[in-house]
Amino acid sequence: MSKRKTDEVTGVETTGHSWDGIEELNNPLPRWWLWTLYLCIIWAIGYTIAYPAWPMISGATQGVMGWSTRANVAAEITAHEAANAELVTQLVAADMPTLPQDADLNRYAIARGGAMFRANCSQCHGSGAAGAKGYPNLLDDDWLWGGDIDAIMTTVRHGIRNTLDDDARYSAMPAFGDMLEPAEIDAVVEHVVSLSSSDFDAALAAQGATVFADNCASCHGDAGLGNREMGAPNLADAIWLYGGDRATLHTTVEQARFGVMPPWGPRLKEADIRAVSAYVHSLGGGE
Amino acid sequence: MTSQADQPLYAARTPIFPRRVNGFFRRFKWWIMAVTLGIYYLTPWLRWDRGASLPDQAVLIDLANRRFYFLWIEIWPHEFYFVAGLLIMAGLGLFLFTSALGRVWCGYTCPQTVWTDLFLLVERWIEGDRNARLRLHKANWSVHKARLRLTKWAVWLMISVATGGAWVFYFTDAPTLLRDLLNFDAHPAAYITIAILTATTFVFGGFLREQVCIYMCPWPRIQAAMMDPDTITVAYRDWRGEPRGKHNVKNRKAAEAQKAVAEAQAAGAGVARYAGTPYPNLPATTAKPVAENAQGDCIDCMACVNVCPMGIDIRNGQQMECITCALCIDACDDVMARIGKPRGLIDYLALSDEPAERAGAAPKPLWKHVLRPRTILYTALWTLVGVGLLYALFIRSDIELTVSPVRNPTFVVLSDGTVRNIYDVRLRNKAGEARTFRLSLTSEDMLQIGLEGRDTLSVTVPADTTVLQRVYVSARADDPAASDDTTPLRLWVEDVTAQIRASKATTFNGRGAK
Repeated sequence: MSKRKTDEVTGVETTGHSWDGIEELNNPLPRWWLWTLYLCIIWAIGYTIAYPAWPMISGATQGVMGWSTRANVAAEITAHEAANAELVTQLVAADMPTLPQDADLNRYAIARGGAMFRANCSQCHGSGAAGAKGYPNLLDDDWLWGGDIDAIMTTVRHGIRNTLDDDARYSAMPAFGDMLEPAEIDAVVEHVVSLSSSDFDAALAAQGATVFADNCASCHGDAGLGNREMGAPNLADAIWLYGGDRATLHTTVEQARFGVMPPWGPRLKEADIRAVSAYVHSLGGGE
Repeated sequence: MTSQADQPLYAARTPIFPRRVNGFFRRFKWWIMAVTLGIYYLTPWLRWDRGASLPDQAVLIDLANRRFYFLWIEIWPHEFYFVAGLLIMAGLGLFLFTSALGRVWCGYTCPQTVWTDLFLLVERWIEGDRNARLRLHKANWSVHKARLRLTKWAVWLMISVATGGAWVFYFTDAPTLLRDLLNFDAHPAAYITIAILTATTFVFGGFLREQVCIYMCPWPRIQAAMMDPDTITVAYRDWRGEPRGKHNVKNRKAAEAQKAVAEAQAAGAGVARYAGTPYPNLPATTAKPVAENAQGDCIDCMACVNVCPMGIDIRNGQQMECITCALCIDACDDVMARIGKPRGLIDYLALSDEPAERAGAAPKPLWKHVLRPRTILYTALWTLVGVGLLYALFIRSDIELTVSPVRNPTFVVLSDGTVRNIYDVRLRNKAGEARTFRLSLTSEDMLQIGLEGRDTLSVTVPADTTVLQRVYVSARADDPAASDDTTPLRLWVEDVTAQIRASKATTFNGRGAK
């Protein structure tokens, strides 16, 4: 390894390394390269003094430049808020039903609302707003409490069946397990199935129709079309919040359902409530 | 490492003082320098009328608005494949030229070569030619030396500022930027860019020069791998030049004299006995007898070494440092003319011709060296990419759409059982004025189309911009598409006024979709 050899053709010393007989010449590096290396080292040391770098027992050194990613983010957020201040003012003052006529403000509201939705609503309703069992799909045209922009805004602001907001939308379906015999429940379930399907037992459904008229029609309507005043679902359409098979319907009738949504008024800014409502309204079901 | 001290780990740069040279290649290089620098400095100032809403700069890389303008062509970010294609063509072009003509890129058109040449011109103009510069380099510091150095650096700096300055004009409206720059009103990025490019131009062109080519640039290594014995490159005909010697001219004259003496004697004439004693009408003899054919054409005058900007000796053969600037050819041709020998001791030649030339035969013609399967392949590939790009350029429409099906969820069931899919459709209007687009679909099934927030199927897109439109496609509950897995469909956009159409194929998910 340390035996020095000189290449015959060039007269340059070799490093002694040989790969398949090809040897590496030990030409000297240019001196400016060395100085560049030293400069980089000095720069690196200066850099660690200027910026947070050296790990200490409790946290790293802060750096003399006072640089902080958190402060940068805060500054960026402030800058964006300042840049959007005019739009926010307009949004808070806007007449929401006519918002889509103002293309720029509408686009801003939907973009802002999308961000709000992903941060606050997607946990239950899904990132694509398709909902889940018990959590309504916001893409379809079926609304429990109303699908125009004002109804959506009220729902967002006050929530549903929560104890935090006195203005929350409220209704409660009784658990019919205490009031009806299991056979009656089976009959009324068959009637409900018959409202939206052609595959049912006609005799049983006819029995159930009587039960339905006595117990359910007051909220769900004689034809089962629901009542938005009470958040009573339409039972005659193709959409089921908890499931439309007989077993699930039996459970629903027997034990009742009580979906809760928190009020967002105390947690979101006025502009955010308007924005997220505009976003939900724009997903495909808005009325 | 136990390496001993006699091999230094680091070496200082050996200063190089290239001598002035005249000749064909030097003149050719002046022309290339004038043209390339002219293109570089003047291009941003060319104007091109594109209408009121678009910039009027002929060549503009508008990073802020994500547009590239080249004369009548406007490239959007999603058409970046044009840039990729041009880069591929540049690469293949470099392969072609290198395999055919060696490192012509390095020798003639590389910015490092062009600016170093320009800086050398300034250096020669202020400090004098090689010998004067050598003397100045060795001289102690004096007012005279300081004045020359400062003048030279000042001129270099001015060129550097102009170089860095020209660069930023490609990225925004040049006249506006120039005014802002002079009023100290421009964006800091412009000043920082100019400062960095000024510094690199100044240091690379003035001080690092050949070090950039030897130690920093990867191209020499790559290009060396693309040359072969048929490549035309700058080389020394050692079979003609060797053995070299400073006394070759004297020796050859002596040999010629001896030959003349022998001829004269054979003709029966008298001969002067001593060289120092001239006789009228008789050839002078020489003191020492000389072998007639032992001497090569190279008289070791070092002209080729003195003019070399890389500081190498081309007579040592092919070297990594050689950028094939061909100045040694000019220098040697000049010397050959003066000593009455044919030009081309150093010349553009193919190394594969050596055996033939050694045997006294003529080299293969140039076209036989250039036309090889390799160069033909490179040309074919280059042409293929070029034609492809031109084709893509001419078939592209002023309107475009991209369709991004929303797959979260894959489909939505409405209250009447209708199955609906959502598509985010981006409509692009590349024209200089607002256009109204009408959307439609074609499918074998009975699919309906609707737009979010609009009663009609028309969308107005402002000039040179895009609009993202949420599009609904639905199949009624009893339609096969509603219950199937997927159904193909095609979304169309039609420019109502210009009667141009564009379309994208996509799929519709029914209830059977997973």
